[in-house]
Amino acid sequence: MRHTVSVLVANEAGVLARIASLFSRRGFNIDSLSVSKTERDDISRITLVVEGDNKVLEQLTKQLNKLIVVHKTSNLTNDPIVGRDLALIKVTSTQNTRSEIMQIVDIFRGKIVDVASNSIMVEVTGDEDKINAIEKLLEPFGIKELVRTGKVAMVRGQK
Amino acid sequence: MAILSGAEIFVESLYCEDVEVVFGYPGGAVLPIYDILYDAEFEHIMPHHEQGGIHAADGYARSTGKVGVCIATSGPGGTNLVTGLATAYMDSVPVIAFTGQVPRAMLGTDAFQEADITGITTPITKHNYLVQDVKDLPRIIKEAFHIAKTGRPGPVLIDIPKDVLTDKTEFSYPKEVNLPGYKPNYDGHPCQIKEAARDINNAKKPLIYAGGGVIISGASNELRQLAKGATIPVTTTLTGLGSFDERDELGLGMLGMHGTTEANLAISNADLIIAIGARFDDRVTGKLEKFAPNAKVIHIDIDPAEVGKRVNVDVPIVGDVKRILVKLNKVVEKNNREAWLNQIKEWKLLDSKQEESREDKKLSAKPIIEEIFNLTNGEALITTEVGQHQMWAAQFYKYTKPRSFMTSGGLGTMGYGFPASIGVQVGNKDSAVFALAGDGSFQMNIQEFATIAKNKIPVNIVILNNQYLGMVRQWQEMFYDKRYSSTCLRKREECPPDCSSPSSNCPEMIPDFVKVAEGYGIKAVRVTEVEEVRPALEEAINSSEPFLIDCIIEEEENVFPMVPPGGSLDKMILKGDQS
Ligand SMILES: Cc1ncc(C[n+]2csc(CCOP(=O)(O)OP(=O)(O)O)c2C)c(N)n1
Ligand SMILES: [Mg+2]
Repeated sequence: MRHTVSVLVANEAGVLARIASLFSRRGFNIDSLSVSKTERDDISRITLVVEGDNKVLEQLTKQLNKLIVVHKTSNLTNDPIVGRDLALIKVTSTQNTRSEIMQIVDIFRGKIVDVASNSIMVEVTGDEDKINAIEKLLEPFGIKELVRTGKVAMVRGQK
Repeated sequence: MAILSGAEIFVESLYCEDVEVVFGYPGGAVLPIYDILYDAEFEHIMPHHEQGGIHAADGYARSTGKVGVCIATSGPGGTNLVTGLATAYMDSVPVIAFTGQVPRAMLGTDAFQEADITGITTPITKHNYLVQDVKDLPRIIKEAFHIAKTGRPGPVLIDIPKDVLTDKTEFSYPKEVNLPGYKPNYDGHPCQIKEAARDINNAKKPLIYAGGGVIISGASNELRQLAKGATIPVTTTLTGLGSFDERDELGLGMLGMHGTTEANLAISNADLIIAIGARFDDRVTGKLEKFAPNAKVIHIDIDPAEVGKRVNVDVPIVGDVKRILVKLNKVVEKNNREAWLNQIKEWKLLDSKQEESREDKKLSAKPIIEEIFNLTNGEALITTEVGQHQMWAAQFYKYTKPRSFMTSGGLGTMGYGFPASIGVQVGNKDSAVFALAGDGSFQMNIQEFATIAKNKIPVNIVILNNQYLGMVRQWQEMFYDKRYSSTCLRKREECPPDCSSPSSNCPEMIPDFVKVAEGYGIKAVRVTEVEEVRPALEEAINSSEPFLIDCIIEEEENVFPMVPPGGSLDKMILKGDQS
């Protein structure tokens, strides 16, 4: 099962190395990881997507909590969250295919952010499934390059 | 407020922490510290290898309950601490290692004697710091002591660039720490404690499995109260030895791979396991699926990550062992559990029969270790290296009080015991300290002879000299067709290539430990007969100087009972089974 875990950490040198070292040493399988600033200068947020059963996840959270630099770990998997990835996709395009590509991008509420003579760069945000879907649709045109952020997530409402 | 240099702040901060002794080895990057130490008021002991220094700090910490402090220079000084940090980390020992580092401007340039020691030690320390600004130094030292000794204790490393040691700032030592990411839970959930009490009151065949956490928490009295009040037998792990007086009829000794018959049978038949400050190590559980198959499990530990890590727990209680036992003792009912006790008594007989059958004419470990107990009234402080002698030290000495047995349990570090004994003796000046050593392990930190000789540290070294890396040889004998590959310590170039057992033609072992000791000015005797053991031990105990006894023991004796690796605890190989 895939879990989304949000980790609040001290914003100081070497934090990511500590966390990466923990994952590799204890054999946790991380699908994606994104580090970002938060509303507080002294705290960063790491959002993890990790594969494993509940037991694995329990160990992962407990081990993370043991790090002095980790302030809080929350498993968001069962919470109502907004989760987003961002992808940039460079698609081969010709006179003939350009408008068809633009239509697809439109449906997915993506943006064309660069146009060259033989390619288009598309920006799209959304949950993982949405990005997988547009990637699949654009594949037949020829994807020259693709880059994706890891997931970032936030719980809806009060929490 | 005084304006002090980083090095002065270092020393002042250690005064504020009431540090009595530091084990340190100098070098370029820590020169500013050593200049101040020249006049410092606490004791400074220079080991002859940084590994010796950190094991000494560890032995000091384990035997006194205080934080052990060591110093090493940058680069190789720091990397020589690695085994010691990992050893302390595995057994939850509060040690603080200070390392020098190259000046800040040279960090990351592969400067002379630069090593990324915080990077290297991240997985083997509870926490570590690279000090970037002298203003942070007092706070960091304060935090380090707090982190090392609270919660589940562990080693902390502080890496200080040389120019931070010479930079100056106003010094004031903080009174409090502010660590939002570090809030150990001490109290244990009241509902869980109630549930545990209910399970204990209902159990017919309960068993306490006590680990090093009982000793760390200072909870031996509370443990005793629980066991005696509700008549619950107690087995301890290797690092838990001494948490419960083994002379008591409820004491079953150690469990696990080389545990007693009664402890392993009790685990296998119990209907309730009360694990206290223990972590279900694989050397304890054997085959996990067969471990305590009929039992509910209560697990009391301060580290939530240990609860449920290896076995499923029915009643988890996260908190300080002592505080929880105090509360638990109020709600656990008296009970005499006669049937269970009788069963245990029968199992104990099995084990003692085992021991009577040891009638070796050759000198063996048992009478030596028992004699140490007798001559010291069980008041000796024992350290060990790793191997057969370590297991014999666990089996044959009756531990009666906490902090009397210092051994590398989790990491299994050969080379730990002798330097650790230095720290033990320094922290317990009036106690008889015994370093029980194997002939192989002893050579891993043999240079510390110089430290005990120069500082007149009166440890008693007893080498149980079987002329083998005995524990490895035992596995080769049992599981590798007696192919003694690289385990015979007498083997020389002229030996036949396929020798699988010792004979009277074997060459002398290198080195002659008595001569080596004498080279360091340390009094030493060799003992080959049982009758010589007592006088030699008496001489050692009565002498106020370091003393070495090289006991030449039976070469191929094995440690029994033994649960083969991956086997289940009720399937022990006993001494008689060996053919
Ligand atoms: C640093 C280190 N290296 C290797 C080992 C593996 N090992 C475990 S026991 C042992 C043999 C120890 O021999 P000795 O000190 O003579 O003790 P004995 O078993 O003979 O009593 C070895 C090599 C270890 N535990 N630690
Ligand atoms: Mg040996």
